[in-house]
Amino acid sequence: MKPFAYHQPHQIPDAARLLTSVADSKLVAGGMTLIPTLKQRLASPPALVDLSRLGSLKGITDDGTTITIGAMTPHAVVAASKVVLTRIPGLAALASMIGDPAVRSRGTIGGSVANNDPAADYPAGVLGLGATIVTNTREIAADKFFLGLFETALEPGEIITAIRFPVPLKAGYAKFKAPASRYALVGVFVAKFAGGVRVAVTGAGPGVFRVPPMEEALSENFDPSAIAAIRIDAEGLTSDIHAEADYRAHLVTVMAKRAVDAALG
Amino acid sequence: MGNVIGIGAAPKRKEDQRFLTGRGNYVSDIKRPGMTAGVFVRSPHGHAVLRGIDKTAALALPGVIAVLTGDDVKADGLGSLPCGWGISDAKGVPMKEPPFPMLAQGKVRFVGDMVAFVIAETPEQAEAAAELLAVDYEVLPSVVGVLEAVRPGAPQLFDDVPNNICCDWELGDKAAVETAFRKAAHVAKLSLVNNRLIGNPMEPRAAIAEYEPGTDRFTLWTTSQFPHVVRFLMGALVLNIPQHKLRVVAPDVGGGFGVKQFHYGEEAVITWAAKRVKRPVKWVASRSEGYVSDRHGRDHVTEAELALDETGKFLAFRVNTLANMGGYLSTFGPNIPTNLYAPLLGGVYTTPAIYCNVKVVFTNTVPVDAYRGAGRPEATFVLERMVDVAASEMGIDRVEIRRRNMIPKEAYPYQTPVLVQYDSGDPMGCLDGALVAADVKNFGIRKAASASKGKFRGLGYSTYVEACGLAPSRFAGRLGARGGLYESATVRVHPTGQVTVMIGTHNHGQGHETTFAQIVSEKLGVAFENVDIVFGDTDRVQFGMGTYGSRSLVVGGAALSKATDKVIVKGKKIAAHLLEAAEVDIQFEAGKFSVAGTDRVKTFEEIAGAAYVPHNYPLEVLEPGLEEQAYYDPVNFTYPGGCHIAEVEVDPETGTVTLVNYTAVDDVGTVINPMIVEGQLHGGIVQGVGQALFENAVYDEGSGQLLSGSLMDYCMPRADHMPMMKVATHSTLCTHTPMGVKGCGEVGTIGSPAAVINAVVDALSHLGVTHVDMPATPNRIWRLLQNASLPVAAE
Repeated sequence: MKPFAYHQPHQIPDAARLLTSVADSKLVAGGMTLIPTLKQRLASPPALVDLSRLGSLKGITDDGTTITIGAMTPHAVVAASKVVLTRIPGLAALASMIGDPAVRSRGTIGGSVANNDPAADYPAGVLGLGATIVTNTREIAADKFFLGLFETALEPGEIITAIRFPVPLKAGYAKFKAPASRYALVGVFVAKFAGGVRVAVTGAGPGVFRVPPMEEALSENFDPSAIAAIRIDAEGLTSDIHAEADYRAHLVTVMAKRAVDAALG
Repeated sequence: MGNVIGIGAAPKRKEDQRFLTGRGNYVSDIKRPGMTAGVFVRSPHGHAVLRGIDKTAALALPGVIAVLTGDDVKADGLGSLPCGWGISDAKGVPMKEPPFPMLAQGKVRFVGDMVAFVIAETPEQAEAAAELLAVDYEVLPSVVGVLEAVRPGAPQLFDDVPNNICCDWELGDKAAVETAFRKAAHVAKLSLVNNRLIGNPMEPRAAIAEYEPGTDRFTLWTTSQFPHVVRFLMGALVLNIPQHKLRVVAPDVGGGFGVKQFHYGEEAVITWAAKRVKRPVKWVASRSEGYVSDRHGRDHVTEAELALDETGKFLAFRVNTLANMGGYLSTFGPNIPTNLYAPLLGGVYTTPAIYCNVKVVFTNTVPVDAYRGAGRPEATFVLERMVDVAASEMGIDRVEIRRRNMIPKEAYPYQTPVLVQYDSGDPMGCLDGALVAADVKNFGIRKAASASKGKFRGLGYSTYVEACGLAPSRFAGRLGARGGLYESATVRVHPTGQVTVMIGTHNHGQGHETTFAQIVSEKLGVAFENVDIVFGDTDRVQFGMGTYGSRSLVVGGAALSKATDKVIVKGKKIAAHLLEAAEVDIQFEAGKFSVAGTDRVKTFEEIAGAAYVPHNYPLEVLEPGLEEQAYYDPVNFTYPGGCHIAEVEVDPETGTVTLVNYTAVDDVGTVINPMIVEGQLHGGIVQGVGQALFENAVYDEGSGQLLSGSLMDYCMPRADHMPMMKVATHSTLCTHTPMGVKGCGEVGTIGSPAAVINAVVDALSHLGVTHVDMPATPNRIWRLLQNASLPVAAE
């Protein structure tokens, strides 16, 4: 690890100012990705702005139609939240499958969403539920937020403060864990709303994506059998030493069926 | 006063008091005054000419003390890292043994090969300087697989090693095997890969070296399984340091599995550097560094053929293997796929003729050496897969074909056609025990239950034997060992009757401090708590060959047993004097010396006291003091073995294999501490299951990059991969070790891969699947099912 300045602001405007005052400064939320990168000397930001003292970024609220989760809320808190367990159990289940207990205690929803790892779990939940990413300057729809491999719509100096989830009729997540890392080799989040079904896939490609044919089929008939015959094109999906693209494509269908099963309870 | 806790008892482990309370003393815990930090610069290329190294920018950084390279090694006239075994081909031509410089000279031959050592005041400064070191590489094509390495036109690692073949080695009667094959009613064939593994001990490797100018002595603290061997190899053969001027300490070590039983270049570089910079130097490997520098294991490609008569009796077995050595010969490298492999191909069967050819091959990968089991898991995998393939082809039940060929209990001692003679064993007894313990008779019900959920269930057997307790020196010497393989122990009885044992084995998780204390407690009648075991320090322990090859109890425990017997002999002489009796009339039992047939008694403490306060003592015939030493060199290997039965469930939709039941009935000879034996079996089985289902070291052909270079990509087995294991022993006593012990450190790893893969193949056999390579990952199984000859459907 190379030396860096370290800030712990108490107010969001201070954090934003510190982030932009020195070029290449980085925000640190839970640090689950950033700290290993620093330790391996793969990144050497001149300053870290730690968001942990920003009290307004923590906590979970329910306004009747949406659940708002503060960006600095750890996965373990989401997984155990009575509000989330009652209103969007599929999202609590997703949070409970991330990493291991240590990661779930430190890692945050805001950090995960901002990092947009192609195999992270939260992007599937956020896109699958059609959530809204709330930042210090604006609100961004999930459909416009995730732009590809580690790319998001966030502008320099922009800080995620919360994620706002509409409450679905039903939702479920099924994850096929990569054997070693236990990231999603393929993870599928399925959510049923009055207006239709959304299906979001993580792990399979360079970024989270939706599957319109499955959404249409499930909107007609919210049952695993409705999508059993829908095949995903392997073109453009990820191939690595753990799984080639055709296997990932196959798993999208399998995991989507299982996500629907989970949603149906 | 505590109690005697002897052989067969299961006390809690003595060493866990310090480990579980965070009071262990590992190399990275040690700090020395004036200590500097060292960082190794390693090759990022699999194969390259080293054209030059410019130290200027690195040396200009603040805090940087020195940068050492292969040129400095050469200028100081230092030796090459030695190989402890010299094997020869069928004509007696010795293996090719190119030099293994401690810092690369002229060429780098694997990603991770060391090119420089940077020493600075702090680790951060050393790391920064390492990044600035300008190394000029001319990158060459790499070759990483054995099949590719022996092909014409393959990149050549060494100018004087044609086709990258280190040695074309063989064992067995080739002509007799060929004759038997001509007469065979059936010949079964099998091609398989034994996947490359990375050991991943919990504690990464680390070392500190210090030079004291006042005494002209060096001290090296290192994460080693055999400090005395490091002292010999490094002092005598690499750095030219006299043995009495070199102390090697291996304190608490957090797991070895073989990875820490070699003399590594890092140890030599650090020790050499400490004198050059006149300050202590410390290096601690990162996990990532371990992946590209800890010696790897396995990595075979094999073609095997089994000849059988019409009743399924094995007539002959022929095995051709290409074994990967990596870029250089490591300490035991060429011994593992030859001497520790081919002699095990007889297994527990009466196969009369066996021939094995092994081509030992250099590639642009981390050197390959012993990893838990070392050669024997590879042999067991070939043989036990082969048996299943033959059974399936001939339509004979897999258990029945094993029974028809098994060595009966009464046939021991049994001479195999491949050098080794088994002293004892009862493979049929282990098999029978395991069949009951695994509830094989109700397997059909469980299989049907799985099928009703759309899953395929399979059962796999492995009836196996290994050779351990390394090793009879005379035998090993004939096979090419360049050192002895005995062990030593000193039993020091203090004036107050407590005992300190100095032993040459090394405890890095096996529970020796407990097991050895139980032996002393039992034999001398001393309280268990009054026995301490000292190891891992060449200044405190007389000599030793260390811990590997399931040898600690078998060879070290035997030396300890002998030394303890000598204490009793001397104690009897002292007692005879004190009790005014003839020596022959003195009995020793339960910690008391008595005159036979009388009530005249001296306690062990009284005798110890008299030995050190010899007021009334036979000084004219006996020296004061009560301390005895023994060396023990075994007359044969020991042959633990047993029967493992794995039960798996395959999800055809995802290809996931779940191990649902595991049963092991093993013959490990006398059990000193059943809890520790059970733990060793559990750990060994999990490592074997890791090889069968999860672990795989993958290199990129061409670039030589390690693609599985972290825990994110190299899948270690985890607790949630394992069912509750049923582990039991069915022991016959070893006929030649003092306590009848056989060793248990490796049995789990040796027996299990074949059992698991046999179960996976069984689960898929209705689809026409006849073999599955390791690791049986979901991706691999799904792909196999896509190509299977029958439609995928639960039966």
